[in-house]
Amino acid sequence: MQFNLLVAACLLYVIFLFTVAFMVERRAQSGRLVWLRSPLVYTLSLSIYCTAWTFYGAVGYAARSGLEFLTIYFGPTLVFIGWWWLLRKLVRIGRQYRVTSIADLISSRYGKSNTLGVIVTLIAVIASTPYIALQLQSVVLSFGVFATRSPDGVTPPDAASTAIWVAAGLAVFTILFGTRNLDAKEQHHGIVTAIAVEAVVKLVALVAVGAFVVWGIAGGVGEVMERIDAAELSAWQVQPGRWAGLIFLSAVAVITLPRMFQVMVVENDDEGHLARASWAFPAYLMLMSLFIVPIAVIGLERMPEGANPDMFVLTLPLSEGQGGLAMLAFLGGFSSATSMVIVESIALATMISNHIVIPLWLRFRPAAAGQGDDLRGVVLMARRLAIGAVLALGYGYYHVSGGSAALAAIGLIAFLGMAQVLPALIGGLFWRGSTRVGAMLGLVTGFTVWAFTSFLPSFGPGAALSQAVFDQGLFGLAWLRPYSLFGTEAMDPLTHALFWSLVLNALAFCIGSLLTFPGPVERLQGAAFVNVFEGAVGPQRWARGQAEPEALLTMAQRILGEEVALSLFQTAAREQGKEGYLPDPTPAFLDTLEARLSGSVGAATAHAMISQLVGRATVTVEDLMAVASESAHIMEYSAQLEAREAELTRTAGALREANEKLTQLSIQKDAFLSQISHELRTPMTSIRAFSEILTEGDLPPEQVAKYGRIIHDEAKRLTRLLDDLLDLSVLENGTVQLNLGLASLQQMLDTALTAARQTRPERSFTVHRDLPSEAFYVKTDADRLTQVFINLISNARKYCDAARPELRITVRQRGGRAMVDFVDNGKGIPKESQALIFEKFARLTDANRAGGAGLGLAICREIMANLGGSVVYLPGQGGAGFRVTVPLRLEKPAT
Amino acid sequence: MRRPRRPMFLARAPYRRRRLRDAARLLPVVGMLLLLLPLLWAPEAKVSLRSADVVYFFLVWGVLIAVAAVFAPGLRAGEGSDEEED
Repeated sequence: MQFNLLVAACLLYVIFLFTVAFMVERRAQSGRLVWLRSPLVYTLSLSIYCTAWTFYGAVGYAARSGLEFLTIYFGPTLVFIGWWWLLRKLVRIGRQYRVTSIADLISSRYGKSNTLGVIVTLIAVIASTPYIALQLQSVVLSFGVFATRSPDGVTPPDAASTAIWVAAGLAVFTILFGTRNLDAKEQHHGIVTAIAVEAVVKLVALVAVGAFVVWGIAGGVGEVMERIDAAELSAWQVQPGRWAGLIFLSAVAVITLPRMFQVMVVENDDEGHLARASWAFPAYLMLMSLFIVPIAVIGLERMPEGANPDMFVLTLPLSEGQGGLAMLAFLGGFSSATSMVIVESIALATMISNHIVIPLWLRFRPAAAGQGDDLRGVVLMARRLAIGAVLALGYGYYHVSGGSAALAAIGLIAFLGMAQVLPALIGGLFWRGSTRVGAMLGLVTGFTVWAFTSFLPSFGPGAALSQAVFDQGLFGLAWLRPYSLFGTEAMDPLTHALFWSLVLNALAFCIGSLLTFPGPVERLQGAAFVNVFEGAVGPQRWARGQAEPEALLTMAQRILGEEVALSLFQTAAREQGKEGYLPDPTPAFLDTLEARLSGSVGAATAHAMISQLVGRATVTVEDLMAVASESAHIMEYSAQLEAREAELTRTAGALREANEKLTQLSIQKDAFLSQISHELRTPMTSIRAFSEILTEGDLPPEQVAKYGRIIHDEAKRLTRLLDDLLDLSVLENGTVQLNLGLASLQQMLDTALTAARQTRPERSFTVHRDLPSEAFYVKTDADRLTQVFINLISNARKYCDAARPELRITVRQRGGRAMVDFVDNGKGIPKESQALIFEKFARLTDANRAGGAGLGLAICREIMANLGGSVVYLPGQGGAGFRVTVPLRLEKPAT
Repeated sequence: MRRPRRPMFLARAPYRRRRLRDAARLLPVVGMLLLLLPLLWAPEAKVSLRSADVVYFFLVWGVLIAVAAVFAPGLRAGEGSDEEED
C-alpha cells in the first residue's frame, strides 16, 4: 500500500465531499431541497455521534473491557426510542424560538441571560477540546498505520505535521461551508448533507471490515461465536455502578453534546423527522456496533502481542493483505473524525460568536450599534476565527498531551463535562420554578467538581494536580481527594466523578432556584418553554417603546442583510396597513424582529440589541401582573356573561310559561262565557216560553199555577247560578271576607249532614262516623267550611250509584292540620276525569244532572284555598273519595 | 392562565392514540430494565465474555428498535391534533 496513494485517495474523498456540499448549497439557494431534507438525511446526520472514537476506539474498548463499549450506544438508544418524553419538546422549542445552540437555549430559557450563555459556551469549549484532539489523534494514528507499512520508501511526515495538516484542512472546509451566510435559522444544508454522506461511508466501511472478519477470516457466524467463547477477552466483569452510570452518561451526552444539539435541534427541518429517527438512529448505532466484538476477538487472536487494539479495524485487513478494504476502513475513520470536528467546531463557533464576541463588540463599540458598518461581517469573521481557534485548541491539546491517552477515556471525560448542562436543561424544559441563579450555581458547581475529579486528574499526577493533591487532597484535606470526594472510595474514578458532579450540580440548581425570585423576562421565557405545546403564551415581550423604525431597520440590515431586512420590514408595514418600509415599532413587530435576529446572533444578543434601541428594558413585573389581571378580568367578564345568559334563559322560560298560561286562561274564559250563556239560556228559554203561554190567557187555573211554579223554579235556578258565580268570583279574587272563629268540627259535620239530607231525600244513605275523633275545635270560617262539607256530602248522595249507598267520614289530625275524608262506596271517578272535576262547569255525566251548574267543586276548591287548606280527590278508596285538609288554627292574612 | 378544559372521555381513535403515547413513554423504561438485567446475573460466572451475552444484548436492542419503529408512525400521525399534550 503506497502512502502517496493513500494521500491521493484522501484528497479525492475530500474533494468529493466539497462537491456534495457545494451542490447542495446551490440547490438550497434555489429552494430545491425536497429529498435532501428527508428523515433519512436527518437520521444519517445524527450519526456524528459515532466519531473516530466509535470507529476505531470501540474495538479497543471491547478488547480492553468486554461488552462495556455497548453502554455508549444504549444510552442514545433509550433517549431516542423515548423521544416522546424529551426530544420532541426540545426540537419543538428549538424550532419555535429559533435556538442556535445549546448555550443559546439555556440563556434564552433563563431570561436571555448572556452570562449563562457564556458559562455554557466555556464549558462546551473546555469539554470539547480534548474530544477534538482525540479525532486528530485518530487520524494521525491511522496515517501512521499506513506509513509504517509503506514499502516505497517515501518518508511519511511525522505525526505532528500530519495533525497540523489535518487540522488546517478541516478548518478550511468548515469555514467554507459553515460560515457562508448567517442563515435565519442557522442551518447548513451543505454540511449536513456531506455529514450524511460520511455517515454512509462510515457504516459501509465498518460493516465491510466486520463482514470480512466474520466470513472472510473466521468462517461464519457460528465460528465467531465459538471464538468469542474461547477468547481470553479480558475477564469482563460487569461493574453494576459503572454499567448503569455509563448508560446514563451516554444518554445525557446525546442530548447535551454541542454537535448533537446542532444536528438534532438546530438543523432540524421538520419535527416529523424525529419520529423516523427515533428508531432509525438506534438501528444505525446497532449496525455500527454489530461487528465490534468479532473484530476485537479475531484481532486479539491474529495480531501480534502488543498491537494497538484501537487500530484493529485498519491493521486487521492490512495484515490479511486486503489493501482496498483497509483503504475503505481508513476513509471510514477519516469520515468519522472529520464530520465530528466540522460540526463540533461550527456549533462551538456559533456559541463563541453569539455569546462572547458579539456582546463584547457591542459593548466596546456602542457607537456603532446604530450605524452602518455591517455587523454580519463581524459575526461571520468571529465565527471563522472561532472555528480556527477551536481547531487550534484541539491541536494544542493533542500536541501537549502527546496523543498518549487511550481514546475512550478522553471521550468519556468530555461526555461528563457537557453532561453538566443537564440539570439546567431538564429543569428549564419541565420546571417553571427553575431560575437563572439556580442554573448558574448548578453549572458552576458541576463544572468545578467535574474539573477537579475528572478533567484535571486526566492529565496525570504532577501535571495539573500535584501528586500531593491526589494523595492527601486539596489543601491537605483528606475529604477533598479527586478520586474519593467526601471519602467515597468504592466507585471507579469515572462513576465517582459522574455521581458527585451531577448530584452536587442538581442540588445547587434546585436550591438556587428555590431561594431566588426570577425576573419578568425569565418568567415569561420559562412559561413559554415549559408550556410550548399549549400554544404561545399571551403577553408581548416588548412594551411599546420609543424606537425609531429607521434605526431598527439599520440594525436589522446589519445582521440579516439588506434584502432580507427590507422585505421583513415591508411585510410588517403592510400588515399594519402602511406603505413603505417603516412599520410602527409595535410590540408585535418588535417580537417578530427579535425572533428573526435571534436566529442569527442568539436570543441574548438580539434581545440586548433591540433593547438598546427601544430604550427601556422590555417587560416589567408590573406588566406581567397587568397582563395577568387583564386575563383575569376577561375571565370574570365571561363568567358574568355566562351568568347573564343563564338568567336570560330563565326569564325567557318564565315568559313562555306565562304566555302559555295566558293563552290557556283566554281559552278558559271563552269556554266559561259560552258555558255560562248556555247555562243562563236554558232556564231563560223555559221562563220565556211559559210566560208567553201565560200572557195568552184562556188557561185553566191549575195550568197557570203549574206554569207559574215552573217559572218560579227556573228563576230560582237562575238566581242560584248567579249566586254561585258571584260567590266564585269573590273567592277567586281573594277578596272574600272570612269570619274566623272557633268551631267544633263535629258540629259542622252534623250541620252539613242535616243540610245535605235535602238532596235526593228519597234515598236511604248510611253514614259511618267516628265521633270521638271529631271532637275538637278548629279556628276557621265555620260557615264556609260547612259549605264545603255540604257540597261533598250532597255530591256523594247525588252521584253514589251503589245499591246501598254508604258514606264514610274519617277525621285525622296531622301536623297542625285536620284531614277530613269523605269516601263513598260508589264506583268512583274514572282516572282521566279526576283532574277535571274541580274545574268550573265540569260535570261527568248529564244523566245525574240534578240542578247543579257544575260549580260546586270549583267553589269548594276556592273556599279551601281561602281557608289555607285544600280539597283533593283521594284515589284508590273503593269509591269516590275526597280529602279536605284544613289548618287547625288559621291566622288572618296580613292584609 | 387557565388551561383549556379537556374532555374527560374520548372516542375510540383518540383514546388509542393516548394509549400509544403511554406505551411510547413506557418503552425506554422497559428498555432500561432489560439492559440493566445483566447486572443481576451471578457475577462470578462472568470470568470471560460469552457469546450468549452478545446475542442477548443485540436481541434486546433489535426488539426495542422494532417496537419503536412500530410506534413511530402512529405517534407522528396524532401529533398536532386535538389533544396535543396531556
